Amino acid sequence: MSRAPQTLFDKVWARHEVVPESEHAPAVLYIDLHLIHEVTSPQAFAVLRERGLPVRRRERTLATMDHSTPTQTAQVFGGAPIAIDSAARQVAALEKNCAEFGVELLALRHAQRGIVHVIGPELGLSQPGRTIVCGDSHTSTHGALGALAFGIGTTEVGHVLATQCLLQRKPRSLAINVEGTLGDGVTAKDLILAIIGQIGVDGGTGHVIEFRGATIRALAMEERMTVCNMSIEAGARAGLIAPDETTYAYLAGRPRAPAGEAWERALEAWRALPSEPGARFAREVQVDAAAIEPMITYGTNPGMVLPISGQVPERPGDQAFARALSYMGLHPGQPLKDQKVNVVFLGSCTNGRLSDLRAAARVLRGRRLAQGIKMLVVPGSQEVKRAAESEGLDQVFRAAGAEWRESGCSMCLGMNGDVVARGEYSVSTSNRNFEGRQGAGARTLLASPLTAAACAVTGRITDPRELL
Amino acid sequence: MSETTQRRPFTHLTSRTVVLAQANIDTDQIIPARFLTTTTRAGLGAHLFADWRFEAGGAARAHFVLNRPESAGCQILVAGRNFGCGSSREHAPWALADYGFRAVVSTEIADIFRANSLKNGLLPVIVDEATSEWLLAHPGAEVALDVAARTLTLPDGRALSFPLEAFAQHCLLQGVDELGYLLARAGEIAAFEQRA
Repeated sequence: MSRAPQTLFDKVWARHEVVPESEHAPAVLYIDLHLIHEVTSPQAFAVLRERGLPVRRRERTLATMDHSTPTQTAQVFGGAPIAIDSAARQVAALEKNCAEFGVELLALRHAQRGIVHVIGPELGLSQPGRTIVCGDSHTSTHGALGALAFGIGTTEVGHVLATQCLLQRKPRSLAINVEGTLGDGVTAKDLILAIIGQIGVDGGTGHVIEFRGATIRALAMEERMTVCNMSIEAGARAGLIAPDETTYAYLAGRPRAPAGEAWERALEAWRALPSEPGARFAREVQVDAAAIEPMITYGTNPGMVLPISGQVPERPGDQAFARALSYMGLHPGQPLKDQKVNVVFLGSCTNGRLSDLRAAARVLRGRRLAQGIKMLVVPGSQEVKRAAESEGLDQVFRAAGAEWRESGCSMCLGMNGDVVARGEYSVSTSNRNFEGRQGAGARTLLASPLTAAACAVTGRITDPRELL
Repeated sequence: MSETTQRRPFTHLTSRTVVLAQANIDTDQIIPARFLTTTTRAGLGAHLFADWRFEAGGAARAHFVLNRPESAGCQILVAGRNFGCGSSREHAPWALADYGFRAVVSTEIADIFRANSLKNGLLPVIVDEATSEWLLAHPGAEVALDVAARTLTLPDGRALSFPLEAFAQHCLLQGVDELGYLLARAGEIAAFEQRA
């Protein structure tokens, strides 16, 4: 009897089972690539030290620093100390831990440093069929290349450092089938925001999402990363996309991608990965891409999202909803368009890649920021920064009046000195609009790079299609 | 297994509850990112729900539930649906446990938070809608949790079962951690690496 058709996720999972799961114990799952950063690793290294354990596979481990690092050039390259003492200590701790345990570190001034989820694909380390983990929920980003990539806690970081394995129950599978053409001015960010709005912030809990369909196939590699990045905002364990010619073209020639004969062998293995016809998913959801407009959030989780032409909904009697609107300083029935904006943030693992900067520059070229707007442009990696500078994008941003920074997580999470002030409205290309995410009392509206740039120009919530 | 990672076994817990009825309480609320520039796991309870517990100037907000006298000593947190969503920061269960909580009860608990909690002796308890509604409406109710029986017992004596994966249950009851289990699989891991 022939075996049942398998999904991409089934195949990647099965190929990494050191010990299959049973009624009594989870699977022992082998991890091909472990990315670590300064915030969620120190306590894991401490456990190794307490127990006298080495890092089992140093060559499968790569460290960088991104979350608590400054983005001001003076603090990165200019010799000025890192302004936040505790952040400086955390950065120093990662340097010490990597030196002591023999882990490769792309340190603060390294030319290949950047946000962990930007540099993995950029270096060619994030490859189809791999299992990839990091102590960071946006590890789902790497699923764009057909990897099974998910965020873990610090205790699990310790497990992977010590054993290169994790104990995991296999999640269920969820197919999100996207058909239809995205309109001009409608981006991958709008697509994933619309999907989260459709299935909810817990719509993917307990599941690994496979994004499928003609719309997904037509997305460029970096757009796929934006989609997979926010899988976690729908509660999903991971999000992935089958590898195809777009994937292979992206990976070819990357510094740490296979080359020569190894490339040919890898390609053969990768081509066998996509879900087979008839493969069964635990759940399926259909999404109509043609109906999607530029999207923007209005509340305090990414599921509280609207087409930019929409009005804040009314939900009488819903206290949590009222509380979210009160935090945001918005009221039911209010159109979002023309709402005043104070800050615009372009960057993050969601939208800090070269194509995102190009999109924003498309709007900002030859224009100025509105009076009183502060805009931070933070490339996702030093490589993105160099590439953007080589095509003059930094000049476009600077000429418009925006600040051009060194790479890092920056204003996405307000722990590195880049924060939004209490009560201010920030249109942000990042991934979370939680209360206080960008700084205590900050009010975040998530949107695409195009929308963020349009808002920066007008100082108000603006449909980017008006400026294209 | 070394003393430092052996946890005390978790068999039973009886406590009054604290209620945070809101749905989708994310880990940025449980502990804001600015408190994550630490290199230890100690003392994070001081920052638990920092922006809800304290005014910008640092004064306690008298009306926030954790600041009310009746919440003192409560070890069970009852919360709205999808508790612990968002960031994977293990600092969230560290902060809850350091503050004194030993269980979180909701109709749904986010995957990564759930996994992190189990590794820190913080019991994630999933209950049905009706039970959740009752608990949300009765803050301070005395509730009993039995890990071996996988039951939550309400003050009226009704015992409701909750899901708890067998291996996680074993780890809680015996106070063992998963790292010891994984290290004991070293032979199988090495064999896998040979095959791969």
